[in-house]
Amino acid sequence: MGLLEEKLKSGEFVVTAEMAPPKGIDMTHFKECAKAVKGRVAGVNVTDFQSAVVRVSSLGAAVILLEEGLEPIMQITGRDRNRIAIQGELLAAGALGIKNVLALTGDHPMFGDQPGAKPVYDCDSVNILMIASKLMEGQDWAGNQLNKAPEFFLGASVTPLFDPLEAQIIKMKKKMQAGAKFFQTQAVYDIEVLRKFREATKDLNAKVLVGVIPLKSPGMANYMNKNVPGIHVPDALIERLKGAENKVKEGLKIAAEFINQVKEEKLCDGVHIMAIGAEENVPILLDMCNL
Amino acid sequence: MVITEHKPFEEILEMLKDSQSIFITGCSLCATSCFTGGEAQVLEMKEKLEKEGKTVTGYAILDPSCNKLQVRATLKKQKEAVDAADAILCMACGDGAQTVAAVVDDKPVFPANNTMFIGEIERVGHFVEACKACGQCELGWTAGICPITKCAKGLMNGPCGGSKNGKCEVNPENDCAWVLIYERLEKLGKLDKMLELKPPKDHSKAYNPRKIVVKK
Repeated sequence: MGLLEEKLKSGEFVVTAEMAPPKGIDMTHFKECAKAVKGRVAGVNVTDFQSAVVRVSSLGAAVILLEEGLEPIMQITGRDRNRIAIQGELLAAGALGIKNVLALTGDHPMFGDQPGAKPVYDCDSVNILMIASKLMEGQDWAGNQLNKAPEFFLGASVTPLFDPLEAQIIKMKKKMQAGAKFFQTQAVYDIEVLRKFREATKDLNAKVLVGVIPLKSPGMANYMNKNVPGIHVPDALIERLKGAENKVKEGLKIAAEFINQVKEEKLCDGVHIMAIGAEENVPILLDMCNL
Repeated sequence: MVITEHKPFEEILEMLKDSQSIFITGCSLCATSCFTGGEAQVLEMKEKLEKEGKTVTGYAILDPSCNKLQVRATLKKQKEAVDAADAILCMACGDGAQTVAAVVDDKPVFPANNTMFIGEIERVGHFVEACKACGQCELGWTAGICPITKCAKGLMNGPCGGSKNGKCEVNPENDCAWVLIYERLEKLGKLDKMLELKPPKDHSKAYNPRKIVVKK
């Protein structure tokens, strides 16, 4: 059993962080950020061509994290691979010792740096989970025997701010049925959104890590409000940032207050920090909330 | 219906640069409805080509351009004009152009249109994509809304996280197919259909080229 699974099962408040592999083969900064959170997080998500942008692959970066002594959560999307490639990637992950896999559908190529790419989407997030579960039973999707089955702790994502929320929850239930044991959410800023989401999902036996993206500026908040589905930064927080002398520090303070509130109200099983290019701030944020 | 769009005229001229005399074919069905290959557009094309110094030896509105026997019969009636041409310019869909090319196999056949999608006429001149011809129709459990065509990712198990205010992340002018499916299934009291785990779709029925024979 991996660290993430162990910690979630023990009921401890779990912290995971997200790291995007670099564009190019210099892994120095990636490794430095990994070292800075080593021992402080249960797992590190490695994004899979995040925003449909070409980078080092998630499998490659996950192996580098393993070598650095951290536990990767390998994200895998259905955007770029059909079911043959997905199974091969998962088998490679299993053979290399990767324990956690987070299945995602994936942003459309039009958002990335190769907008003319042919999207695949042979499998959606639910299908990837179904396929991974089948591999864990020792068979490929077509029913052929594997010489050894991989063991994964499977996860998926969920967006608490979705209208209609019931449609998201239906999909969340399907992900659980397909094998997802934990969820990481899109970033939440309004505690009320999280309260509503937890109330609506309280009967599901799902481990949920709420997403936190520390704000860096009012501009970033406005950009996300306009462009990122499922994220809404309330006006009051944007005003607070505007008034702050050190905006990055204020953003971290806002994130710390949110995390503490989540802990206090026991709204989630943990927190998933997505620093988006400012991974060096993750240890600072963890210090601020004594995690 | 097969929806087509005109290629830019410059692209057509580039294809025709080694051809001096041209025979133009249009189509009586889809391309006429799309205003890309009806008689009016064919005559317009004739005029434009002549302005560029080309000779148009004749034209035919094929009825329709995808019916091989019809195409053969119609072009036979205009044999002289066809024979006099260096090339055929086909104002139909890609299928129509290929049918013409199969009939007139000793001359280059150039497409004047880009074939866009199978869709419906919302109103005159407004077309929306409706069917991907996937070979395994899913409409029976999706309240009549196609997730393969109407969802930009062709998802089978519900909305992705990218839907915002019921609109698609890829093009906010489009409704999120899965929000529509959810709402209609709820209205029909069939939300349980959305809870069914759908495996990866069987794409083997879409391996191309496909062929169907219904009459021996």
